[in-house]
Formats: sequence, structure tokens, C-alpha cells
Amino acid sequence: MAEQMPQTPLLDELEKGKWPSFVKEMKAAAKKSPMARDLLGQLEQSYKEKIGHWKHGGIVGVMGYGGGVIGRYSDLPEKFPGVSHFHTIRVNHPAGWFYKTDALRKICDLWEKHGSGLTNMHGSTGDIILLGTKTADLEPVFAELGALDFDLGGSGSAVRTPSCCVGKARCEWACYDTMRSCYDFTMAFQDEIHRPAFPYKFKFKFSGCPNDCVASIARADMSIIGTWRDAIQVDQAAVQEYAKGGLDIQNDVIGNCPAKCMKWDGKKLDIDNQYCRRCMHCINAMPKALAPGKDRGATVLIGSKAPIIEGALLSSVLIPFTKMEPPYADLKEIVTKIWDLWCEEGKNRERIGEFIQRVGMGNFLEAIGLEPQPEMVAHPRENPYVFYEEYFEEEGEGEKK
Amino acid sequence: MTQAVAERRTDFGPPQYERFLPPAIKKNYGKWKYHEILKPGVMVHHAESGDKLFTVRAASGRLLSIDKIRLYCDLADKYCDGYFRFTSRHNVEFLTDKSENIEPLIADLKKLGHPVGGIGNAISAIVHTQGWIHCHSAATDASGIVQSVMDDLIGRFEQRELPGKLRIALACCLNMCGAVHCSDIAILGIHRRPPKLDHANLKKLCEIPSASASCPTAAIRPATVNGLPSVEVIEEKCMFCANCFTVCPAMKMNNPLNDGVSIWVGGKVSNARVEPMFSKLAIPYLPNNPPRWPEVTEAVRNLVDLWAKNARKYERMGEWINRISWPKFFKMAGIQFQKEHIDDFRHAGLTFKRSTHLTF
Repeated sequence: MAEQMPQTPLLDELEKGKWPSFVKEMKAAAKKSPMARDLLGQLEQSYKEKIGHWKHGGIVGVMGYGGGVIGRYSDLPEKFPGVSHFHTIRVNHPAGWFYKTDALRKICDLWEKHGSGLTNMHGSTGDIILLGTKTADLEPVFAELGALDFDLGGSGSAVRTPSCCVGKARCEWACYDTMRSCYDFTMAFQDEIHRPAFPYKFKFKFSGCPNDCVASIARADMSIIGTWRDAIQVDQAAVQEYAKGGLDIQNDVIGNCPAKCMKWDGKKLDIDNQYCRRCMHCINAMPKALAPGKDRGATVLIGSKAPIIEGALLSSVLIPFTKMEPPYADLKEIVTKIWDLWCEEGKNRERIGEFIQRVGMGNFLEAIGLEPQPEMVAHPRENPYVFYEEYFEEEGEGEKK
Repeated sequence: MTQAVAERRTDFGPPQYERFLPPAIKKNYGKWKYHEILKPGVMVHHAESGDKLFTVRAASGRLLSIDKIRLYCDLADKYCDGYFRFTSRHNVEFLTDKSENIEPLIADLKKLGHPVGGIGNAISAIVHTQGWIHCHSAATDASGIVQSVMDDLIGRFEQRELPGKLRIALACCLNMCGAVHCSDIAILGIHRRPPKLDHANLKKLCEIPSASASCPTAAIRPATVNGLPSVEVIEEKCMFCANCFTVCPAMKMNNPLNDGVSIWVGGKVSNARVEPMFSKLAIPYLPNNPPRWPEVTEAVRNLVDLWAKNARKYERMGEWINRISWPKFFKMAGIQFQKEHIDDFRHAGLTFKRSTHLTF
């Protein structure tokens, strides 16, 4: 392994700007860790050659788990032995990404002992990513993480580590308790997180309001997005204050209302709530004056994903409104039905969104026992080729086949 | 041994989050009334109890050394009773009920080299992936481009004078870890050469049926090459998705001569005003030009400047373009519209202009 810091003239260029430099972070780790030194050396070579130097992941892990560790090996192991094994450990983060410093310092200590000293805070899915360790260190890391009450997250064709927005911890717009739900679902589905048994990955993301701060509608197989059913709460005096403070309520607030369900006469804001689409714009623009209603819950949507394989999808409405109250039994029952169907009928590496596209939303709903509702579609079908499943036979005197 | 297995503790999950919530949050959990942005990167949440909670948000970088995490811990111990958090966009947030702590905390963060901002109508940190640092399928580096773009746009992070929010994301290949495909500006690593086949090892490294089944355009079929079972690729049917490489390491996609970066615009995930939207292709290809990717940095800066100058208040990039029309956008941005801009995969016809609503 590299005894000395590698020469990195290309990467050094990336220390010269004002944005926090990842190269400085790598060099800080490289002062202590020969693994990090070789990582730096290999990355410099990638910058020279314009290509990565990692082999396909291998199957490594800890006993009893089928995921949570991503095997990673350099394709230049002789030149950079420090990264010949450089596995990633996904650690399930605490809901909302809140930490107490004593706990986090202990994770730093164990990663100084067993790994490269480099992390991602956090990976795209939400986990704490411990970047770079050797196969022999996996069990000790797991044991020491466990002693700190941190468990592994998901990888492969499993439930991936659920994540959520800050919710009721620090947001007045949280329409249900995102952190509690996220933790509850994480605990309920530990086996499904740790032992991949699905056709492909399955992600849950919990957002407290339609602003969707964890991008659940774009990347969760099940997107649970807070909403409300009753009237927006209005403090008329505070609305007037915003107007006096220079906010152009007619143009900037009402002009942007997708339902055109608001009126402003210079004194009073009048909202026709039966047409409100819960888009959040007016509330975002005047947080001191407006708030979501009191009958709060969530809309549950299904099926979003990135392009691989059949193209990107956004989630679409599955349950227009549910109260999202513990123990979330109704939703968990639907989830289980969806998984049973998908495990039985889904193709290898077919996300639930692609599965629904293939079998048809109508058939999917029927199979999981949900009634079709107009909220589930942007508009009814335009194409007249309907798959009717029954017809009358003349011989049977009008009985259906 | 049996006993050791029996004692092994598994499936205990993450720590219960309440252990890590500051007392001011525990007390006011679910009882927040409203918030105000006091200045760039600083906001205050008012609780029904009358309590106030101040948040200071700083750019963190996604790749962190344990030394840096310990320095954050020092700041949290000094100013926030030992509590802090991270955001969904790789920022770090310090929360305190003591307003007198804000300025010294900001000064200490700046000393550490971490700018404060990213709240409200500003650019927040760029969500991104592993790139050459740690991924086998990367068509470009992630951290290096993010570094170069944000070194350039840091001023837009540290203020809040943009028309609306601007969310930039980067994915180093078409797998798109993170919500890259619904960003105001998405930077995406792309391949442009069909897989290079390692026929000698393909049978050893891959399952041939899975390799052929992985192709969304059915361009891969089993074949015998030099007497060995392998696959062949109908190159004109390859759209460089790299799904085959994901299931078969002997179908290598990474290629320094052809890999590069594309730029996409106008996506969003929030439901505010208009419904969530995918990002659309603006620039099909820019070269991989490390260490600073000047072509990418300049392209992103131009797009941000153009939107900032022309959009109306609250208009996100996609809302602005939808108002002015795509032909106008291409003209204003000085981007040549070409064949690659027109979709030719599933549902492509839905993206054709099916009206005479045109601007001239």
C-alpha cells in the first residue's frame, strides 16, 4: 500500500475553489489511511484516463444478511493494493438524519479502526455510507455497529432503507408523522430489508406534504405524501400583513393557483376549498398566514423509478387519502398483497411500476383488491380497445360466459 | 457454534430517532406554527408554545472524512447541545434555540470552508452519485463535476434572489441513483459506444439468457463466437442504457473516447403550482474534460443565468420554459436543436407537438 501521499496534480485543481472540496476530504483521510491514499492515487489515474477503475461488485456480506454490503474491487490491485478490496457498508440512518454527537463520534472511531475513514453523509437512498473496507473487517464492523444500535440498510432486490423528510420534528406543514411512519415501516420490514427476495428493489419514501422534500414521487416504489381533506387554515390578519409587506397576492399567489379557486379583494382572501388541489403554493408563499387543514393524512402513490429498464416513471395515485395513523395496518396489508402478487408474477429486475405497466393498472387493482377511482388517472382512457372479460352467449339465454 | 449463532443480534433496525432529537424539538414535536427565512441559510421556526428554533444550513459535500464529521460534532457540542442533522441534499444543519449562537456558528462554519445558504429561492447543494470514486458503471466522475459547477455557482447558494428554487442533480450513468430525472437541471453521464464484448470470458462471468433478456430493445442474442458460447449485439439497436453491463461484466460499456455528459432541464418533484415533471434533454453531449469540466460548468452557468434573468417570480425552470415554449428556449439558450432531442423510445409520440400553438 502507498506509504506516501500520491502525486495528484489533476485532483489538486479541485481544491482551489470556494465550495467544500471533496479532494480535501480524501486527503484528510489519506493522512491516516493507506486505503484512502490508494483511493486518491486510483482516482488521479481515472482523471488522467477518463475512465473508472472499479470491477463489478462481488458478493460479500455479513452472516445472516443478504445485503447491506456492496462488494467493490479495484481493477488495478497490483498498483493500488489498498483498494484491492474496498467494500461499501450501508448503515440504516436514523429517521430524519438527526444525530447526537456522541453516537456519531463512535461511528467515526470504528471507521477509523476498520475502514478508509471516508463516508457519504448520506447516500442517495438515505443510508450512512461507510466507504471502503476489506472483507475481513466486515464482521467486526457489523458487531461494533450493533453495539451502537446501528443496523445495516438494504441493497439488491430488497426493501431499500426507507427515508423521510424532517416532518413534525421541524415543519409546520407535516400532514402526518413522517419520522414515526418511516421508523415503523423500517422495523416492520427488517427481514425484507436484509434478505433480498423480490424481483427487484422496493423503496418507501415518506414526505409530509405535497412539496415532497425527499422526492418520493420520483424515486419511491411507494410514495407516501402528506395532504389534507378539509379547508386551508387562514389567518386573515396575517394575509393582510403579507400584502402590506409587498407581496402581490393577486399576481404571485392567486395567479399561480392551479385551480383558480381563490379571490382577494384587498382585505380578505377567499378560498373555495372544494376545488383546491393541495398544491401548497399559496401556503409556501405565506407560511405565517396559511396552513394545511386539520383533517390531515396522506396520499399513497405507487411505481416511480429511474430509467433502467423500460424508462423513468413517476408514481401514480393508489390511495387518494389515508389517515396514516399507527399501526398503519391497512397500508401494510396492501403492501403485503402487492409484494405477494409481484413476487409471483413479476419478471426478474422488473420494478413494481413497470410491472403495473405490463399487466395493466386495472388488473393490478383487481388483484390486490382495490376499487378503481377517478383520482387514480390523469384522465380516463382515450383508446377504445377495452379488454372485456365476459360476454353473453345466445344459447345461455343471456347468461354471461 | 450453535450458541454463537443463537446469540447473534440481527434485524434490530436503526436507532429510534427520538434519542437524537434536541429537547426543543421533542417539546414542540408536531406543534410548529410557521417559519421565516431570516437571511440566506438561516431560518426560524415558531412553535405554538412561543418557542423559537433557529436553523443554520451549510453546504457539506457528500464525501466526508471522519475528521470533518468530528469537526461538525465539535460545532454541534459548542452551539447546539450536541445535536445536528443532515438534509436530503447532502447539506448539514445546525439547530439551536439560542439566537445569539447564530453569528458565531456561521463564522466558525466559514472558517471550516463551509458556505451557509441553500434555503428558499436559491441553489441548494447538488444531489449526486459516486462516480469514479466508487462505482463500476460510471460514465463520468460525479464529485469533480459537482465541485467545478458549485465553485462557479457558489454565489447563488449564498443568496436567495433567484426567481424560485433551483435544484441541480448529477448521476454518473443512466441508472440515475437519486431523483436526477426530475431536477431543474440534471447532469447525466452517458455512454455512446455499444458494449465491448469479452467473448473469451463471457460464459464464465455471465448468464447468457439474462444478458440477452436485459436488453430493452432486444439487441442482444446468444451466439457462438470462436467456438465459445457468447452473445452478439446488433449495434444499431443499442441505445447505450448499459443494462446489459449491469447483469454481465463481460459487456463493458465504459469507454474514455466516447463517454461524456448530457444536460437536462425543467424537471421538478414538488407539487407546488404545477404537477411534478421529468427533466427534458437540453444538451445531448459534452465531453468528459477533467479535472474541471469547463464545457459542463459553462453550460450550467448559462442555463442558470438565462432562467434567473427571464423567469417570473416563483417560476421553476420547467414552468418558465413551458410558458415561453421550447423553441424559444432553444433560441434563447443558443442550443442547436438536433435529432437526439426527439424521443424515439416508448411513448415517444406523446412528446411530439400535437397542436398549432407555436411561437415565431
